[in-house]
Amino acid sequence: MKKIEAVIKPHKLDEVKEALQALGVAGMTAYDVKGYGRQKGHTEVYRGSEYTIDFVPKTKIEVIVDDDLAPRVEQAIVDAARTGKIGDGKVFTYDAEGAIRIRTGERGSDAL
Amino acid sequence: MPAIDTGSTAWMLGSTALVLFMTPGLALFYAGMVRRKNVLSTTMHSFFAMGLVSVIWAVLGYTLAFGPDVGGVIGGLKHLGFDGVLGTVSGTGTAAIPTSVFAMYQGMFAIITVGLITGAVAERMKFKAYVIFAASWAVLVYSPLAHWVWGGGWLMKLGALDFAGGTVVHIASAAAALAAAIVLGKRKGYGTDELRPHNIPMSVLGAGILWFGWFGFNAGSALASGHLAGSAFMATHLAAAAGLLAWNLAEVMTEGKPTVLGAASGAVAGLVGITPAAGFVGPVPALAIGAIVGCLCFFGLRLKSRFGLDDALDVVGVHGVGGTTGAILTGVFASLTVNSAGANGLLAGGGFALLGKQLIGVAATIVFSFTVSFIILKLLDATMGIRVSDDVEVAGLDIAEHAETGYEL
Repeated sequence: MKKIEAVIKPHKLDEVKEALQALGVAGMTAYDVKGYGRQKGHTEVYRGSEYTIDFVPKTKIEVIVDDDLAPRVEQAIVDAARTGKIGDGKVFTYDAEGAIRIRTGERGSDAL
Repeated sequence: MPAIDTGSTAWMLGSTALVLFMTPGLALFYAGMVRRKNVLSTTMHSFFAMGLVSVIWAVLGYTLAFGPDVGGVIGGLKHLGFDGVLGTVSGTGTAAIPTSVFAMYQGMFAIITVGLITGAVAERMKFKAYVIFAASWAVLVYSPLAHWVWGGGWLMKLGALDFAGGTVVHIASAAAALAAAIVLGKRKGYGTDELRPHNIPMSVLGAGILWFGWFGFNAGSALASGHLAGSAFMATHLAAAAGLLAWNLAEVMTEGKPTVLGAASGAVAGLVGITPAAGFVGPVPALAIGAIVGCLCFFGLRLKSRFGLDDALDVVGVHGVGGTTGAILTGVFASLTVNSAGANGLLAGGGFALLGKQLIGVAATIVFSFTVSFIILKLLDATMGIRVSDDVEVAGLDIAEHAETGYEL
Protein backbone atom coordinates (compact mmCIF):
# COMPACT_ATOMS: atom_id res chain seq x y z
CA MET A 1 0.00 0.00 0.00
CA LYS A 2 1.04 3.57 -0.59
CA LYS A 3 0.08 6.74 1.23
CA ILE A 4 -0.27 9.65 -1.14
CA GLU A 5 -0.36 13.16 0.26
CA ALA A 6 -0.94 16.23 -1.84
CA VAL A 7 -0.95 19.93 -1.03
CA ILE A 8 -3.24 21.62 -3.54
CA LYS A 9 -5.06 24.86 -4.16
CA PRO A 10 -8.25 24.85 -2.07
CA HIS A 11 -10.57 25.44 -5.04
CA LYS A 12 -9.18 22.32 -6.77
CA LEU A 13 -10.37 19.94 -4.04
CA ASP A 14 -13.61 18.97 -5.75
CA GLU A 15 -11.95 18.22 -9.06
CA VAL A 16 -9.28 16.10 -7.36
CA LYS A 17 -11.95 14.24 -5.37
CA GLU A 18 -13.95 13.47 -8.52
CA ALA A 19 -10.82 12.30 -10.38
CA LEU A 20 -9.96 9.90 -7.55
CA GLN A 21 -13.53 8.63 -7.27
CA ALA A 22 -13.38 7.89 -11.01
CA LEU A 23 -10.31 5.71 -10.33
CA GLY A 24 -12.20 3.82 -7.61
CA VAL A 25 -10.34 5.29 -4.63
CA ALA A 26 -12.70 4.58 -1.76
CA GLY A 27 -11.91 7.34 0.70
CA MET A 28 -9.93 10.47 1.37
CA THR A 29 -9.00 12.80 4.19
CA ALA A 30 -8.77 16.52 3.44
CA TYR A 31 -7.98 19.46 5.64
CA ASP A 32 -7.23 23.15 5.39
CA VAL A 33 -3.60 24.03 5.95
CA LYS A 34 -1.35 26.99 5.42
CA GLY A 35 2.20 26.93 4.18
CA TYR A 36 4.63 28.21 1.67
CA GLY A 37 6.96 26.90 -0.99
CA ARG A 38 8.54 28.70 -3.86
CA GLN A 39 5.34 30.70 -4.26
CA LYS A 40 6.10 32.52 -0.99
CA GLY A 41 3.36 34.74 0.44
CA HIS A 42 1.62 37.91 -0.52
CA THR A 43 1.19 41.43 0.86
CA GLU A 44 -1.90 42.82 2.57
CA VAL A 45 -2.42 46.47 3.51
CA TYR A 46 -4.49 47.62 6.50
CA ARG A 47 -4.77 51.37 7.10
CA GLY A 48 -1.52 51.97 5.30
CA SER A 49 0.43 49.29 7.16
CA GLU A 50 1.77 46.53 4.93
CA TYR A 51 1.77 43.00 6.21
CA THR A 52 3.69 40.24 4.44
CA ILE A 53 1.69 37.07 4.71
CA ASP A 54 4.18 34.19 4.42
CA PHE A 55 1.68 31.40 4.79
CA VAL A 56 -0.72 30.80 1.95
CA PRO A 57 -3.98 28.89 2.50
CA LYS A 58 -3.87 25.40 0.91
CA THR A 59 -5.77 22.16 1.18
CA LYS A 60 -3.99 18.94 2.04
CA ILE A 61 -5.39 15.57 1.07
CA GLU A 62 -4.35 12.07 2.10
CA VAL A 63 -5.31 8.79 0.48
CA ILE A 64 -4.07 5.21 1.03
CA VAL A 65 -4.22 2.98 -2.04
CA ASP A 66 -2.89 -0.33 -3.33
CA ASP A 67 0.59 -0.24 -4.82
CA ASP A 68 -0.56 -0.87 -8.39
CA LEU A 69 -3.09 1.99 -8.25
CA ALA A 70 -0.64 4.54 -6.80
CA PRO A 71 0.94 5.81 -10.06
CA ARG A 72 -2.47 6.44 -11.58
CA VAL A 73 -3.65 8.24 -8.42
CA GLU A 74 -0.55 10.43 -8.44
CA GLN A 75 -1.16 11.31 -12.08
CA ALA A 76 -4.86 11.95 -11.55
CA ILE A 77 -4.11 14.39 -8.71
CA VAL A 78 -1.52 16.19 -10.83
CA ASP A 79 -3.91 16.46 -13.78
CA ALA A 80 -6.87 17.61 -11.71
CA ALA A 81 -5.02 20.09 -9.51
CA ARG A 82 -2.90 21.76 -12.16
CA THR A 83 -3.66 25.33 -13.21
CA GLY A 84 -0.21 25.97 -14.66
CA LYS A 85 0.34 28.91 -12.34
CA ILE A 86 2.75 29.13 -9.43
CA GLY A 87 1.36 27.64 -6.22
CA ASP A 88 -0.33 24.54 -7.68
CA GLY A 89 1.21 22.43 -4.92
CA LYS A 90 3.00 19.09 -4.59
CA VAL A 91 2.30 15.36 -4.35
CA PHE A 92 4.21 13.08 -1.97
CA THR A 93 4.10 9.26 -1.93
CA TYR A 94 5.14 7.00 0.96
CA ASP A 95 5.03 3.32 1.75
CA ALA A 96 2.16 2.51 4.10
CA GLU A 97 2.76 -0.47 6.43
CA GLY A 98 -0.72 -1.28 7.53
CA ALA A 99 -4.39 -0.44 7.68
CA ILE A 100 -7.22 -1.67 9.90
CA ARG A 101 -10.93 -1.05 9.52
CA ILE A 102 -11.93 -0.44 13.13
CA ARG A 103 -15.52 -1.73 12.83
CA THR A 104 -14.66 -5.14 11.41
CA GLY A 105 -10.98 -5.59 12.19
CA GLU A 106 -10.16 -6.20 8.50
CA ARG A 107 -6.51 -5.55 7.70
CA GLY A 108 -4.39 -4.43 4.76
CA SER A 109 -5.98 -3.81 1.37
CA ASP A 110 -9.32 -5.19 2.60
CA ALA A 111 -9.52 -2.29 5.04
CA LEU A 112 -9.26 0.39 2.36
CA MET B 1 -44.55 71.09 35.56
CA PRO B 2 -42.99 73.75 33.28
CA ALA B 3 -43.94 73.52 29.60
CA ILE B 4 -41.67 71.76 27.14
CA ASP B 5 -41.60 71.55 23.35
CA THR B 6 -42.86 68.12 22.42
CA GLY B 7 -41.19 68.05 18.97
CA SER B 8 -37.79 68.86 20.40
CA THR B 9 -38.29 66.45 23.26
CA ALA B 10 -39.18 63.66 20.84
CA TRP B 11 -36.08 64.31 18.74
CA MET B 12 -33.81 64.45 21.78
CA LEU B 13 -35.20 61.20 23.19
CA GLY B 14 -34.43 59.59 19.83
CA SER B 15 -31.00 61.23 19.65
CA THR B 16 -30.15 59.96 23.11
CA ALA B 17 -30.86 56.38 22.05
CA LEU B 18 -28.90 56.93 18.81
CA VAL B 19 -25.82 58.07 20.71
CA LEU B 20 -26.02 55.08 23.05
CA PHE B 21 -26.13 52.79 20.00
CA MET B 22 -22.79 54.19 18.84
CA THR B 23 -21.00 52.40 21.67
CA PRO B 24 -21.87 48.84 20.63
CA GLY B 25 -21.08 50.05 17.10
CA LEU B 26 -17.67 51.12 18.34
CA ALA B 27 -17.26 47.74 20.04
CA LEU B 28 -17.76 46.00 16.67
CA PHE B 29 -15.58 48.53 14.82
CA TYR B 30 -12.68 47.95 17.22
CA ALA B 31 -13.21 44.23 17.80
CA GLY B 32 -12.97 43.46 14.09
CA MET B 33 -9.55 45.05 13.97
CA VAL B 34 -7.90 42.93 16.67
CA ARG B 35 -6.79 39.32 16.48
CA ARG B 36 -9.50 36.82 17.18
CA LYS B 37 -8.06 35.78 20.54
CA ASN B 38 -8.83 39.31 21.80
CA VAL B 39 -12.22 39.90 20.17
CA LEU B 40 -14.14 39.65 23.46
CA SER B 41 -11.67 41.66 25.49
CA THR B 42 -11.93 44.49 22.97
CA THR B 43 -15.73 44.25 22.73
CA MET B 44 -15.97 44.32 26.52
CA HIS B 45 -14.02 47.57 26.84
CA SER B 46 -16.77 49.47 25.05
CA PHE B 47 -19.79 47.47 26.19
CA PHE B 48 -18.76 47.50 29.84
CA ALA B 49 -18.47 51.30 29.67
CA MET B 50 -22.24 51.38 29.02
CA GLY B 51 -22.71 50.04 32.54
CA LEU B 52 -19.84 51.66 34.35
CA VAL B 53 -19.98 55.20 32.97
CA SER B 54 -23.79 55.35 33.19
CA VAL B 55 -23.68 54.71 36.93
CA ILE B 56 -20.84 57.18 37.43
CA TRP B 57 -22.69 59.77 35.34
CA ALA B 58 -25.84 59.48 37.44
CA VAL B 59 -24.04 59.62 40.76
CA LEU B 60 -21.33 62.21 40.15
CA GLY B 61 -20.41 62.87 36.52
CA TYR B 62 -23.45 64.85 35.49
CA THR B 63 -23.28 67.32 38.33
CA LEU B 64 -19.53 67.88 37.87
CA ALA B 65 -20.20 68.69 34.21
CA PHE B 66 -23.51 70.55 34.40
CA GLY B 67 -23.91 71.59 38.01
CA PRO B 68 -23.65 75.29 38.95
CA ASP B 69 -20.35 76.69 37.65
CA VAL B 70 -17.49 76.87 40.13
CA GLY B 71 -14.73 79.17 38.88
CA GLY B 72 -15.21 78.18 35.23
CA VAL B 73 -13.50 74.83 35.78
CA ILE B 74 -16.04 72.44 37.29
CA GLY B 75 -19.72 72.03 38.07
CA GLY B 76 -20.91 72.11 41.66
CA LEU B 77 -22.48 69.18 43.51
CA LYS B 78 -26.10 70.34 43.30
CA HIS B 79 -27.20 67.42 41.10
CA LEU B 80 -25.51 64.51 42.89
CA GLY B 81 -27.47 61.38 42.01
CA PHE B 82 -29.43 63.42 39.42
CA ASP B 83 -30.93 65.36 42.33
CA GLY B 84 -33.15 68.19 41.12
CA VAL B 85 -33.20 66.95 37.55
CA LEU B 86 -36.73 65.57 37.33
CA GLY B 87 -39.50 68.03 36.68
CA THR B 88 -37.19 70.82 35.47
CA VAL B 89 -36.61 72.16 31.99
CA SER B 90 -33.46 72.65 29.94
CA GLY B 91 -33.49 75.25 27.15
CA THR B 92 -36.16 77.79 26.30
CA GLY B 93 -38.95 78.27 23.75
CA THR B 94 -38.96 75.60 21.05
CA ALA B 95 -35.75 74.21 22.58
CA ALA B 96 -37.35 73.53 25.96
CA ILE B 97 -36.88 69.86 26.84
CA PRO B 98 -37.02 67.99 30.13
CA THR B 99 -33.70 68.19 31.97
CA SER B 100 -33.95 64.43 32.42
CA VAL B 101 -33.60 64.05 28.64
CA PHE B 102 -30.69 66.49 28.53
CA ALA B 103 -28.93 64.64 31.36
CA MET B 104 -29.33 61.24 29.69
CA TYR B 105 -28.27 62.63 26.31
CA GLN B 106 -25.06 64.02 27.77
CA GLY B 107 -24.41 60.78 29.64
CA MET B 108 -24.29 58.83 26.37
CA PHE B 109 -21.42 61.08 25.26
CA ALA B 110 -19.45 60.24 28.38
CA ILE B 111 -19.88 56.51 27.64
CA ILE B 112 -18.61 56.59 24.07
CA THR B 113 -15.72 58.91 24.91
CA VAL B 114 -14.39 56.36 27.38
CA GLY B 115 -14.99 53.64 24.78
CA LEU B 116 -12.99 55.51 22.16
CA ILE B 117 -9.84 55.50 24.30
CA THR B 118 -9.80 51.72 24.39
CA GLY B 119 -8.56 51.41 20.82
CA ALA B 120 -5.13 52.31 22.15
CA VAL B 121 -5.06 49.74 24.95
CA ALA B 122 -6.35 46.79 22.90
CA GLU B 123 -4.83 43.35 23.26
CA ARG B 124 -2.71 44.00 26.34
CA MET B 125 -4.41 45.91 29.19
CA LYS B 126 -5.58 44.18 32.37
CA PHE B 127 -9.35 44.41 32.57
CA LYS B 128 -9.33 45.31 36.26
CA ALA B 129 -6.93 48.18 35.59
CA TYR B 130 -9.08 49.30 32.67
CA VAL B 131 -12.17 49.50 34.87
CA ILE B 132 -10.44 51.69 37.45
CA PHE B 133 -8.90 53.84 34.74
CA ALA B 134 -12.23 54.27 32.93
CA ALA B 135 -14.05 55.24 36.13
CA SER B 136 -11.33 57.71 37.17
CA TRP B 137 -11.13 59.20 33.70
CA ALA B 138 -14.87 59.76 33.42
CA VAL B 139 -14.83 61.75 36.67
CA LEU B 140 -11.46 63.50 36.52
CA VAL B 141 -11.17 64.24 32.80
CA TYR B 142 -14.49 63.95 30.99
CA SER B 143 -16.72 65.82 33.42
CA PRO B 144 -14.43 68.86 33.80
CA LEU B 145 -13.92 69.06 30.03
CA ALA B 146 -17.64 68.83 29.34
CA HIS B 147 -18.09 71.62 31.87
CA TRP B 148 -15.44 73.82 30.23
CA VAL B 149 -17.02 73.51 26.79
CA TRP B 150 -20.76 72.98 27.38
CA GLY B 151 -21.46 73.48 31.07
CA GLY B 152 -20.71 77.19 31.30
CA GLY B 153 -16.97 76.80 31.91
CA TRP B 154 -14.10 78.94 30.70
CA LEU B 155 -13.87 77.66 27.12
CA MET B 156 -17.55 78.32 26.61
CA LYS B 157 -17.12 81.86 27.97
CA LEU B 158 -14.06 82.34 25.77
CA GLY B 159 -16.20 81.63 22.71
CA ALA B 160 -14.43 78.51 21.41
CA LEU B 161 -16.91 76.56 19.27
CA ASP B 162 -17.38 72.84 19.68
CA PHE B 163 -20.79 71.83 18.42
CA ALA B 164 -20.85 68.15 19.27
CA GLY B 165 -17.59 67.24 20.95
CA GLY B 166 -14.55 67.60 18.72
CA THR B 167 -12.53 68.58 21.77
CA VAL B 168 -14.48 67.01 24.65
CA VAL B 169 -14.95 63.66 22.93
CA HIS B 170 -12.44 63.14 20.14
CA ILE B 171 -9.38 65.15 21.12
CA ALA B 172 -9.79 64.23 24.79
CA SER B 173 -10.04 60.51 24.05
CA ALA B 174 -7.10 60.68 21.65
CA ALA B 175 -4.88 62.47 24.16
CA ALA B 176 -5.77 59.82 26.75
CA ALA B 177 -5.09 57.14 24.14
CA LEU B 178 -1.65 58.61 23.54
CA ALA B 179 -0.88 58.50 27.26
CA ALA B 180 -2.11 54.91 27.43
CA ALA B 181 -0.01 53.82 24.45
CA ILE B 182 3.07 55.34 26.11
CA VAL B 183 2.49 53.87 29.58
CA LEU B 184 1.38 50.43 28.33
CA GLY B 185 4.11 49.99 25.72
CA LYS B 186 3.92 48.07 22.48
CA ARG B 187 2.12 44.81 22.00
CA LYS B 188 4.33 41.72 21.82
CA GLY B 189 5.29 41.21 18.22
CA TYR B 190 4.64 44.80 17.22
CA GLY B 191 6.55 45.44 14.01
CA THR B 192 7.46 41.78 13.51
CA ASP B 193 4.32 39.65 13.81
CA GLU B 194 1.14 39.89 11.81
CA LEU B 195 -1.11 41.99 14.05
CA ARG B 196 -3.84 41.97 11.42
CA PRO B 197 -7.57 42.64 11.74
CA HIS B 198 -9.41 39.34 12.15
CA ASN B 199 -12.88 40.34 10.92
CA ILE B 200 -13.21 43.29 8.56
CA PRO B 201 -16.97 42.82 7.95
CA MET B 202 -17.44 43.24 11.73
CA SER B 203 -15.53 46.52 11.59
CA VAL B 204 -17.56 47.72 8.61
CA LEU B 205 -20.82 46.94 10.40
CA GLY B 206 -19.50 48.83 13.40
CA ALA B 207 -18.58 51.82 11.26
CA GLY B 208 -22.07 51.76 9.73
CA ILE B 209 -23.65 51.80 13.19
CA LEU B 210 -21.37 54.67 14.19
CA TRP B 211 -22.42 56.63 11.10
CA PHE B 212 -26.10 55.98 11.93
CA GLY B 213 -25.69 56.93 15.58
CA TRP B 214 -23.69 60.01 14.68
CA PHE B 215 -26.89 61.69 13.48
CA GLY B 216 -28.02 61.68 17.10
CA PHE B 217 -24.59 62.79 18.22
CA ASN B 218 -24.32 65.80 15.88
CA ALA B 219 -27.86 66.73 14.86
CA GLY B 220 -28.93 66.02 18.44
CA SER B 221 -26.35 68.51 19.65
CA ALA B 222 -28.70 71.23 18.44
CA LEU B 223 -30.50 70.19 21.66
CA ALA B 224 -33.78 70.83 19.81
CA SER B 225 -35.59 69.85 16.66
CA GLY B 226 -35.55 72.41 13.86
CA HIS B 227 -33.38 74.15 11.28
CA LEU B 228 -30.15 73.73 13.20
CA ALA B 229 -30.68 70.01 13.72
CA GLY B 230 -31.43 69.72 10.00
CA SER B 231 -28.30 71.54 8.89
CA ALA B 232 -26.13 69.61 11.35
CA PHE B 233 -27.65 66.36 10.03
CA MET B 234 -26.81 67.38 6.47
CA ALA B 235 -23.26 68.46 7.31
CA THR B 236 -22.67 65.23 9.23
CA HIS B 237 -23.76 62.98 6.43
CA LEU B 238 -21.88 64.87 3.72
CA ALA B 239 -18.63 64.89 5.70
CA ALA B 240 -18.86 61.13 6.26
CA ALA B 241 -19.44 60.56 2.55
CA ALA B 242 -16.57 62.83 1.53
CA GLY B 243 -14.27 61.22 4.09
CA LEU B 244 -15.02 57.76 2.73
CA LEU B 245 -14.30 58.83 -0.86
CA ALA B 246 -11.18 60.80 0.09
CA TRP B 247 -9.61 57.90 2.00
CA ASN B 248 -10.26 55.42 -0.80
CA LEU B 249 -9.01 57.87 -3.41
CA ALA B 250 -5.82 58.46 -1.44
CA GLU B 251 -5.34 54.70 -1.22
CA VAL B 252 -5.81 54.21 -4.94
CA MET B 253 -3.31 56.96 -5.69
CA THR B 254 -0.66 55.63 -3.30
CA GLU B 255 -1.16 51.89 -2.86
CA GLY B 256 -3.31 50.99 -5.81
CA LYS B 257 -6.32 49.32 -4.17
CA PRO B 258 -9.34 50.81 -2.40
CA THR B 259 -9.59 48.80 0.84
CA VAL B 260 -12.84 48.10 2.67
CA LEU B 261 -11.32 48.95 6.04
CA GLY B 262 -10.17 52.18 4.39
CA ALA B 263 -13.72 53.02 3.32
CA ALA B 264 -14.95 52.43 6.88
CA SER B 265 -12.05 54.38 8.39
CA GLY B 266 -12.55 57.27 5.96
CA ALA B 267 -16.22 57.59 6.86
CA VAL B 268 -15.39 57.61 10.57
CA ALA B 269 -12.63 60.17 9.99
CA GLY B 270 -15.08 62.42 8.14
CA LEU B 271 -17.56 62.08 11.00
CA VAL B 272 -14.90 62.94 13.57
CA GLY B 273 -13.82 65.96 11.55
CA ILE B 274 -17.31 67.40 11.20
CA THR B 275 -18.22 66.89 14.87
CA PRO B 276 -17.05 70.30 16.19
CA ALA B 277 -18.29 72.07 13.04
CA ALA B 278 -21.59 70.31 12.36
CA GLY B 279 -23.86 73.13 13.59
CA PHE B 280 -21.77 75.99 12.26
CA VAL B 281 -21.08 75.15 8.61
CA GLY B 282 -23.07 74.65 5.41
CA PRO B 283 -22.98 71.70 3.01
CA VAL B 284 -19.97 72.68 0.89
CA PRO B 285 -17.65 73.35 3.85
CA ALA B 286 -18.90 70.04 5.30
CA LEU B 287 -17.80 68.23 2.14
CA ALA B 288 -14.45 70.01 2.32
CA ILE B 289 -13.95 69.14 5.99
CA GLY B 290 -14.77 65.47 5.35
CA ALA B 291 -12.41 65.26 2.39
CA ILE B 292 -9.55 67.10 4.10
CA VAL B 293 -9.81 65.05 7.29
CA GLY B 294 -10.15 61.78 5.35
CA CYS B 295 -6.93 62.52 3.46
CA LEU B 296 -5.01 63.79 6.49
CA CYS B 297 -5.90 60.76 8.61
CA PHE B 298 -4.89 58.41 5.80
CA PHE B 299 -1.52 60.04 5.24
CA GLY B 300 -1.03 60.46 8.98
CA LEU B 301 -1.42 56.72 9.54
CA ARG B 302 1.17 55.97 6.88
CA LEU B 303 3.68 57.80 9.06
CA LYS B 304 2.54 55.98 12.20
CA SER B 305 5.33 53.39 12.22
CA ARG B 306 7.94 56.18 12.48
CA PHE B 307 6.73 57.18 15.91
CA GLY B 308 7.34 53.79 17.49
CA LEU B 309 4.17 53.99 19.57
CA ASP B 310 1.61 51.19 19.49
CA ASP B 311 -1.73 53.01 19.40
CA ALA B 312 -3.25 49.69 18.37
CA LEU B 313 -6.44 50.83 16.65
CA ASP B 314 -5.36 54.35 15.69
CA VAL B 315 -7.28 56.47 18.19
CA VAL B 316 -4.69 59.22 17.83
CA GLY B 317 -4.46 58.82 14.07
CA VAL B 318 -8.22 59.09 13.51
CA HIS B 319 -9.79 60.86 16.51
CA GLY B 320 -6.78 62.98 17.42
CA VAL B 321 -5.83 64.08 13.93
CA GLY B 322 -9.46 64.26 12.79
CA GLY B 323 -10.73 66.04 15.89
CA THR B 324 -7.92 68.59 15.87
CA THR B 325 -8.27 69.27 12.16
CA GLY B 326 -12.05 69.60 12.51
CA ALA B 327 -11.71 72.03 15.44
CA ILE B 328 -9.29 74.18 13.46
CA LEU B 329 -11.41 74.03 10.30
CA THR B 330 -14.39 75.15 12.37
CA GLY B 331 -12.42 78.36 12.88
CA VAL B 332 -12.04 78.55 9.11
CA PHE B 333 -15.51 77.67 7.85
CA ALA B 334 -17.95 78.63 10.65
CA SER B 335 -20.59 81.09 9.51
CA LEU B 336 -23.22 83.12 11.35
CA THR B 337 -25.58 82.58 8.41
CA VAL B 338 -25.76 78.90 9.39
CA ASN B 339 -26.01 79.44 13.13
CA SER B 340 -26.48 82.88 14.63
CA ALA B 341 -25.31 81.57 18.00
CA GLY B 342 -21.93 80.66 16.49
CA ALA B 343 -19.32 82.95 15.00
CA ASN B 344 -17.77 83.81 11.66
CA GLY B 345 -14.59 81.91 10.83
CA LEU B 346 -11.72 82.98 8.64
CA LEU B 347 -13.48 82.41 5.31
CA ALA B 348 -16.74 83.97 6.50
CA GLY B 349 -14.96 87.24 7.18
CA GLY B 350 -14.43 86.75 10.91
CA GLY B 351 -10.66 87.04 10.72
CA PHE B 352 -8.38 84.98 12.93
CA ALA B 353 -10.22 85.58 16.20
CA LEU B 354 -12.24 82.36 16.16
CA LEU B 355 -9.30 80.35 14.84
CA GLY B 356 -7.25 81.51 17.81
CA LYS B 357 -9.96 80.47 20.27
CA GLN B 358 -10.23 77.10 18.57
CA LEU B 359 -6.49 76.53 18.96
CA ILE B 360 -6.70 77.43 22.65
CA GLY B 361 -9.52 74.90 23.06
CA VAL B 362 -7.54 72.18 21.29
CA ALA B 363 -4.33 72.84 23.22
CA ALA B 364 -6.07 73.03 26.60
CA THR B 365 -7.90 69.74 25.94
CA ILE B 366 -4.77 67.91 24.84
CA VAL B 367 -2.67 69.12 27.77
CA PHE B 368 -5.36 68.48 30.39
CA SER B 369 -6.48 65.06 29.15
CA PHE B 370 -2.97 63.81 28.43
CA THR B 371 -1.56 64.94 31.79
CA VAL B 372 -4.35 63.59 33.97
CA SER B 373 -4.57 60.34 31.98
CA PHE B 374 -0.82 59.84 32.23
CA ILE B 375 -0.85 60.34 36.00
CA ILE B 376 -3.79 57.96 36.52
CA LEU B 377 -2.16 55.27 34.38
CA LYS B 378 1.25 55.65 36.06
CA LEU B 379 -0.36 55.37 39.50
CA LEU B 380 -2.25 52.25 38.46
CA ASP B 381 0.85 50.77 36.90
CA ALA B 382 2.87 51.35 40.09
CA THR B 383 0.21 49.84 42.34
CA MET B 384 -1.65 47.04 40.55
CA GLY B 385 0.07 46.88 37.15
CA ILE B 386 -1.87 47.72 34.01
CA ARG B 387 -0.46 45.21 31.57
CA VAL B 388 -1.23 41.50 31.39
CA SER B 389 1.63 39.01 31.70
CA ASP B 390 3.45 37.79 28.59
CA ASP B 391 1.80 34.38 28.63
CA VAL B 392 -1.67 35.91 28.87
CA GLU B 393 -0.88 38.24 26.01
CA VAL B 394 0.29 35.35 23.84
CA ALA B 395 -2.71 33.16 24.70
CA GLY B 396 -5.12 36.07 24.22
CA LEU B 397 -7.00 38.13 26.77
CA ASP B 398 -10.39 36.52 26.13
CA ILE B 399 -9.57 33.29 27.92
CA ALA B 400 -7.39 34.75 30.68
CA GLU B 401 -9.45 37.82 31.54
CA HIS B 402 -12.99 36.71 30.71
CA ALA B 403 -12.90 32.86 30.63
CA GLU B 404 -14.56 32.82 27.21
CA THR B 405 -13.63 32.54 23.55
CA GLY B 406 -15.31 34.55 20.84
CA TYR B 407 -15.61 31.81 18.26
CA GLU B 408 -15.97 28.05 18.12
CA LEU B 409 -15.01 27.41 14.51
